[in-house]
Amino acid sequence: MLWVDLYNYWIFIVVMMIGLYTVIASPNLVKKVIGLSVFQTAIFLFLISLAKVDGGTVPITLPPGELYSNPLPHALVLTAIVVSVSTMAVALAILINIKRAYGTVEEDEMEEAEHP
Amino acid sequence: MKDQVILRVVTKITTPFILVFGLYVIAHGEISPGGGFQGGVLLASGFILYGLVFDLSELESILPRRVTDSMACIGVAVYAGVGMVGILGGYRYLDYTPLLITGAASAESWGMTLVEFGVSLTVAAVMITVFREVSQARAAED
Amino acid sequence: MSEYLLLDIILLFLLVVTAVSVFIIRNLLAATMVLSLYSLLMAVVWLNLDAADVALTEAAVGAGIATVLLIGALVIVGTEAREYPHIHWPALLLVLSTTAALVYGTLDMPRFGDPFAPAHNHVAPEYIAQKVEKIHAEKDAAQGDVHHERESDNFHGHVPNLVTSVIVNYRAYDTLFEVSVIFTAGLGLILLVGRPRSETGGGS
Repeated sequence: MLWVDLYNYWIFIVVMMIGLYTVIASPNLVKKVIGLSVFQTAIFLFLISLAKVDGGTVPITLPPGELYSNPLPHALVLTAIVVSVSTMAVALAILINIKRAYGTVEEDEMEEAEHP
Repeated sequence: MKDQVILRVVTKITTPFILVFGLYVIAHGEISPGGGFQGGVLLASGFILYGLVFDLSELESILPRRVTDSMACIGVAVYAGVGMVGILGGYRYLDYTPLLITGAASAESWGMTLVEFGVSLTVAAVMITVFREVSQARAAED
Repeated sequence: MSEYLLLDIILLFLLVVTAVSVFIIRNLLAATMVLSLYSLLMAVVWLNLDAADVALTEAAVGAGIATVLLIGALVIVGTEAREYPHIHWPALLLVLSTTAALVYGTLDMPRFGDPFAPAHNHVAPEYIAQKVEKIHAEKDAAQGDVHHERESDNFHGHVPNLVTSVIVNYRAYDTLFEVSVIFTAGLGLILLVGRPRSETGGGS
């Protein structure tokens, strides 16, 4: 088996795990949001990699009669990207409220403010 | 960023082109890469650029808040309304057959164009609202 | 090795580099800029993998609007993250075990770009050939219009951009609720950040 055959999937795993580690390990909430964004984009990379067909082209049938990549994952990812930025905006709004309430966005400092 | 002359001039020149490109992407979603989501985001980015370089109050004067709020609602309503046309015509929800006027392609492209415009209205309005609310919070903080 | 594969390998390597730098950089403003670079690279990767629509969206959303939003929020919450030199062992353990499980899973995956992968052989050929019925055939027949034979239809009764076709025809319900999600997110944001009372009242 050639390593190129699975290269895309491995890169997706590495990038997704970097995102996951950031989400868990970083005490800063903004960094967590950034990590979540990296995580999401990695999953989109996986779906788009699944859609690729060797020798295929962009799924626009002008002119007709060629080999196309799979349009279904493209459609799923397309809507997911716009939804992801909306959810990120809501997360940032919650962060702004946290900053107003606690004066910090670091997890441990919030813990101290809650239980002094 | 109001005192930067180059930024202001470039923004004034490029904003119309961004908006026209956004409309192009929406309208030609069926035959070229594009569609409601991308076009809506491009439209919003034109206004966001304007709001960034000039002021939030400037953006408010060309695109008042209630306009974007109603745009977001109208977009969803247009989409759901096109679905209802299917039911009223005796078919299933979101079936574009009642929009058939001259041929199958026309039904599809009528349905698609209406739906795409609904999607783009909502997406553009929500993106502008998001930018505006976050910047508003920043202004309140100062 | 074909050209797109070579480009793919180089771009994905750069992608990992930017992802690692996003993780390492402590200054949040710099991390945001690198995240924007990461999104832009991702858009190029997707264009290389034939997803033109997705690349357009990612370039506008990920590299454009998300960056503006993050910077706007950073001005409020502060741009410097505190140092955390210690390794978070539970997280590292979880990440490593998940990586091992996923890599083990990929060994059974179809080869990248395999035209005979199951994903390309179930419903996708029908989407690409646009054989699935979208417009009711009875009404076509009643009007004496068999849309595959009409000369005036440029695209034989179908739209050329398959992605748009999937989004607003085959998966129209899906998209309707995606739009509702976006609408709800905007609504939630307005409620969360809060507007001055003078503007919310008065029914304007």
